[in-house]
Amino acid sequence: MALNPQAAARYAWAVLSHLALVVAWYLFVKLGEVPKFVMPSPYETLHALLVPNYRWLENAAVTSAEIFGGYVLAVVFGIGAALLFSWFRSLEMAVMPLLVSLNMIPKVALGPLIIVWFKYGIGPNALMAFAICFFPIVLTTARGLHEVEPDLIDLVRTLKGSRWQVFTKIQLPGALPYIFSGMKVAAILAVAGAIVGEFLGSDRGLGYLMLQVQVTLDTAAMFMAVILITLIGVILYALVLALERMLVVPDARLA
Amino acid sequence: MDEPFIHLAGVRKVYRTRGQDVLAISEATFDLAAGELVSLVGPSGCGKTTLLKILAGLHSHSGEMTIGSRTQPFDPSRDIGMVFQQPLLLKWRRVIDNVLLPAEILGLSIPQSRARARDLLALVGLEGDEDKYPYELSGGMQQRAAIARALIHDPKLILMDEPFGALDALTREKMNLELLRIWEEAKKTIVFVTHGISEAVFLGTRVIVLTAGPARMADNFRVELGHPRTLDSKTSEKFGEYSRRIYRLLMTDGGG
Repeated sequence: MALNPQAAARYAWAVLSHLALVVAWYLFVKLGEVPKFVMPSPYETLHALLVPNYRWLENAAVTSAEIFGGYVLAVVFGIGAALLFSWFRSLEMAVMPLLVSLNMIPKVALGPLIIVWFKYGIGPNALMAFAICFFPIVLTTARGLHEVEPDLIDLVRTLKGSRWQVFTKIQLPGALPYIFSGMKVAAILAVAGAIVGEFLGSDRGLGYLMLQVQVTLDTAAMFMAVILITLIGVILYALVLALERMLVVPDARLA
Repeated sequence: MDEPFIHLAGVRKVYRTRGQDVLAISEATFDLAAGELVSLVGPSGCGKTTLLKILAGLHSHSGEMTIGSRTQPFDPSRDIGMVFQQPLLLKWRRVIDNVLLPAEILGLSIPQSRARARDLLALVGLEGDEDKYPYELSGGMQQRAAIARALIHDPKLILMDEPFGALDALTREKMNLELLRIWEEAKKTIVFVTHGISEAVFLGTRVIVLTAGPARMADNFRVELGHPRTLDSKTSEKFGEYSRRIYRLLMTDGGG
């Protein structure tokens, strides 16, 4: 994909603004003589990576597994549930109101229960991420599957087309932009879910590490952990965006 | 008239909504010959669309309806092409793939249909736009693509529901001329629903007037303006007479 000048300028500005933030951060810490335990400099933050005790790689891998695991589960079950709803309307009538009510539960509040039921570890934390991702995906997908022009269904009916043809040729491709808008929201939530899970109970992961270094006031390591968590989220989001680009034509995309 | 292509006798449609019976069509009786371009004109809510959907086999009805004749056998699953007020192109498909949709649904040969789709897109004036996405086309061009889509499976009957109603006045005039050209080339029977009186006269070889409340057929006459029609046809005396004839029926009608 060749970069046109406009896109190149957009990317350049994006990179510049991020660099500017780092520079501002550096100047703030240096000129303000802010103590390291309140706010470390960018350099000190990077330096925290060198402490072998923090086992960055392992902890990042654990958190990634929780985020991606919970997210993929939510995508599979969320889209699957919405498809079932669209095929069996009575099921949707019965279950959808329940899902809407359950969605009102602050998923974070389920954390202590999840620990009681499943102890703590990667699995339960992925479950936390799943719980928080599932609803936006199911709700947007169901909404997208509803959005079919009745006239288009008539068009297929005049050709004696099957429901399956309506589904594969019109309904599902038409729902894709909605599915992706749900998946993008969920990608951000998945990270929050996994970290909250680690805060509530864990023995590994970046959230767990943050609690450990909080005790020793190693603020630089906390900063680094936040940056890494953000990076994992950015990677997940970018993967979803890339998939959207492959599957959805520009005009059909929802913001 | 020889054996009619479409024969309706006492066709009646009653809807049941919220426990009430609503009479959508009180009695439709008419014969159409193959190759006619029939304008169904009437105010909004007079049952034009309902009648069109009955012809499309999408609505149940009482009364008698036969489509097809010995010389023009009619297969209801593949002899109907539909054009709606909105183009309703699938925005994730390129123009040519949109045109191919009915061929895919009918399971026709895709390579052959693709060649035909190219010819049809040229016929409707979209040569060179085959690989564009709908959002790259204007409203009028999208409607041209929708017409090509209605022709791809070579149906004998094209049903059009106010296809140019959403276009601006000038584009609409152009599309009227285009439709006449396409009709003359493709030799299809077309039922064209509109609430535009001059559009109905200009396009139709026959005009059927429907009035609202209660929905009924008020008039049915042949338009003797000759072909090919040009914009000059619109200023002819006959054109004015036909238009006034429809005006009088629709203006004295109780409906809005």
